[in-house]
Amino acid sequence: MTYLAKPRVAHPSLPKNNLGLTRRDYEGALSTLCAGCGHDSITAAIVEACWGISLEPQNLVKLSGIGCSSKTTAYFVSGGHGFNSVHGRMPSIATGANAANRELSYIGVSGDGDTLSIGLGQFCHAIRRNVNMLYIIENNGVYGLTKGQFSASADVGTKAKKGETNFQPPVDPVLLAMTLGASFVARSFSGDKQQLVPLIQAGLTHKGFALIDVLSPCVTFNDHEGSTKSYAYTREHYEPAVHTDFVPLEREIVADYKEGEALPLVMHDGSRIVLRKLDGAYDPTDRLNAQSHIQERMKAGEYLTGLLYVEASETEFHDLSGTPDTALNKVPYEKLSPGSQGLEKILARYR
Amino acid sequence: MSPTTPTRINDFAIKIATVNGTGSASANTLLMKSIFRSGIPVMGKNYFPSNIQGLPTWYEIRVTQHGYVARSGTVDVMVAMNAETYARDVKEVVPGGYLIYDSTWPRPALLKREDITVLGVPLAKLCNENFNGVRTRILMKNICYAGALAALLDLDLEQIRALLAETYAKKPQLVDSNMKAIQLGYDYAKQNFQCPLPLRVVKMSGTSGHIMIDGNTAAALGCVFAGATVAAWYPITPSTSLMDAYKAFCDRMRVDPETGRKNFAFIQAEDELAAIGMTIGAMWNGARAFTATSGPGISLMSEFIGLAYYAEVPAVIFDIQRVGPSTGMPTRTQQCDLMAAAYASHGDTRHVCLYPANPEECFYMAVQAFDLAERLQTPVFVMSDLDIGMNDWMCRDLKWDDNYRPDRGKVLGRQDVEKLEKFYRYFDKDGDGVAYRTLPGVHPKAAYFTRGSGHNQYGTYTEDSAEYQIVLDRLLRKWDTAKKLVPRAVIDATAGSDIGIVSLGSCDGAIHEAIDVLKTHGVRVDYMRVRAFPFSEDVERFLAAHKTLFVVEQNRDAQFRSLLALETQVEKSKLLSLLHYSGLPISSSFIVEGVLAHLRPQPRRQEALGVAG
Repeated sequence: MTYLAKPRVAHPSLPKNNLGLTRRDYEGALSTLCAGCGHDSITAAIVEACWGISLEPQNLVKLSGIGCSSKTTAYFVSGGHGFNSVHGRMPSIATGANAANRELSYIGVSGDGDTLSIGLGQFCHAIRRNVNMLYIIENNGVYGLTKGQFSASADVGTKAKKGETNFQPPVDPVLLAMTLGASFVARSFSGDKQQLVPLIQAGLTHKGFALIDVLSPCVTFNDHEGSTKSYAYTREHYEPAVHTDFVPLEREIVADYKEGEALPLVMHDGSRIVLRKLDGAYDPTDRLNAQSHIQERMKAGEYLTGLLYVEASETEFHDLSGTPDTALNKVPYEKLSPGSQGLEKILARYR
Repeated sequence: MSPTTPTRINDFAIKIATVNGTGSASANTLLMKSIFRSGIPVMGKNYFPSNIQGLPTWYEIRVTQHGYVARSGTVDVMVAMNAETYARDVKEVVPGGYLIYDSTWPRPALLKREDITVLGVPLAKLCNENFNGVRTRILMKNICYAGALAALLDLDLEQIRALLAETYAKKPQLVDSNMKAIQLGYDYAKQNFQCPLPLRVVKMSGTSGHIMIDGNTAAALGCVFAGATVAAWYPITPSTSLMDAYKAFCDRMRVDPETGRKNFAFIQAEDELAAIGMTIGAMWNGARAFTATSGPGISLMSEFIGLAYYAEVPAVIFDIQRVGPSTGMPTRTQQCDLMAAAYASHGDTRHVCLYPANPEECFYMAVQAFDLAERLQTPVFVMSDLDIGMNDWMCRDLKWDDNYRPDRGKVLGRQDVEKLEKFYRYFDKDGDGVAYRTLPGVHPKAAYFTRGSGHNQYGTYTEDSAEYQIVLDRLLRKWDTAKKLVPRAVIDATAGSDIGIVSLGSCDGAIHEAIDVLKTHGVRVDYMRVRAFPFSEDVERFLAAHKTLFVVEQNRDAQFRSLLALETQVEKSKLLSLLHYSGLPISSSFIVEGVLAHLRPQPRRQEALGVAG
């Protein structure tokens, strides 16, 4: 239960990051999700990722909507403020919060119902605005908290636990985000922590809107035979297309990639991601190529995973708004009010 | 010629009927402002369609030496420029009044009224002879009637020229063409009619220390002075001009001269749900943020407003009320969101509402709304309406105290948090129902989880009945604190009467005039204008002290009366409603007739006016 505090005892030999913090310092409350839930693995990957890049816990803002996935923001980095908002509306809270203070890191955790049904509009517009945030969809194709209805990401032909078949085509968040101009689009699997951790680190560092759609099986309502979002099905059908390594600013790049295979990309803060193509024909820096490739594989029933598209975005939301480099909520009041003399001048126009 | 009216100086109403999109707004503003600049108090009301071009529109200018700010309810001079509405426009003129029309084409219907003076000016002909281009001719025709009115009402031509020079400072050629049109109308009237009319203006000094401003502009200015940095909204009439004004002010005054960066974020949201979400997110994160909307937007925002109430996040919402229900009449005025705002959202929710009566109060209440929202950590509504928001009102000069600093409420900084052993978000340390909050990024110990789901006073999730109730009950204590902080009612009990008028918002102007008129009928009444919800103690006292209370408001269902009945101890039967909900701003005559009908009953009239017990 979330109100039970986790024991704070930590083994003295636990490794510490640059801030002198252990992984335990990045944990949150105890999860109340079902045992074996994919979402808990994602939570663990977020903890690992934040620890790994030595993120100051108080500088992480955790945002979510409603649903199983949205509960998880309470389960990691308890030193950062969390905001569990209303169903499907997390992007607007994130946009407002980011507008007020651009100096913090924003992570939004949502589900397939929260993002692709009730929140589809806000999701799209946060991408269009290029809000500087990492947006994780914990995608299980099903409504968990209300006990197993299909979500908008359910594949055609997938079966519900009670046997019903879905005939409506799914909304694919990866293709949608690419169409809307997102500059960082990834897909991963909750069972592949090795792939997921560097993606989260890269996504947190990316300037602008970063999306990771994480296939995250629901053990209770969508892990049966006939489901296309079960552990077994996902393991069989997910296919890493691009291997991604994240190299934080302070670490030297070790040249262990063969020439021609590795593609290092420098992030806006100087850190790098190094991509290695696992699929020769795939180009994660070419939007059209990537889109058609993803669609082709989808037709064949395969989920391409990894950092599927990335470009350095020059103009995130604040650049488009022309706001200062520092947080708006720190601008001193004296700079905001025209004062009584300013008012006098303004009133002259209304006489 | 029909019988003429006796001379009446600085006390009459002009109504101008035109087609929208023909430039008549410029002509009407010009007329009104030239009267204002002559030191004569003036009122202007725009009755416009929800349309860009081609539908009927009216503009009413009331010249009022007594400084009344509401409609009188009568029309002394009608300028009938729109053939489509001509028949009803003619009917509206009071006996002894004047009708000005474009006599380029004959209109036999004119002859139907013998009790008014009809003045034909060949406006189209004059303009066709003197201007080129179809569009120019249409625009100039409207400027031309302003010239004719200038001669008939004895307006100062130099004043008009000066105003045109200011308006078109960047396009001097427009000053000449507009002035030419003015002169054409002016000269025609001078040559063909006995100018000036018995109804006319004479310069006075009744406008010094005053400005003409609309409420949306004044509210936007209030947001600038309050230090608001995040503005998120979705376009909706009649609130849009508030956001436009905020942006215009900020573009002029909030751009850092050294860096060129904007000390404000202006976000056009995808819908009202997102607009309020952004506002809440920004204020949660320590910026002053606001949104402006109208009735349909309030409906859409309601879920988020409930979250902000329960999770205790400040927010400022301007509701520029228009006619409902549903889409209603978007360009007409009402006070029909009083209940919707006061109890917005599901569950037990109640919200602080401020009720400005005019643009001047929009300015001050905008600032107050931010202070209250942050002090009380809750959404605050500023309940303006289309009449206040979009019409130019004469009001006292806005004043600013340079000692003002925003009240950020109970926010713990880094040093405060460091001293604490543990931070509890929803703990009532001070007993006033307002807990301490922290902002993201301050300190790991300051972190807490904001949620709309059940939480206890320590800020963690709960489904425990007792823990849940502790928080809900504290919110009631906060409500009591709010009662002490919101603006008091404005009470005039000088009549010492046992009859009182109770009202709010934009009814105020009409009520002041009605009280004066009622005196001439031998009826003296006290008056209370409520300025905020929750109702403060003075509201309760006034209600208790009067035997008969006329509750004046602009909606069908007596929403204000319902609020009074629900939230005070008042005996319901004492509250008599005067309900005006035509979509036009309430007039003084409506109130006078309503009060008199009740005090001196004539059964038929009472029913017609909708006086209800």
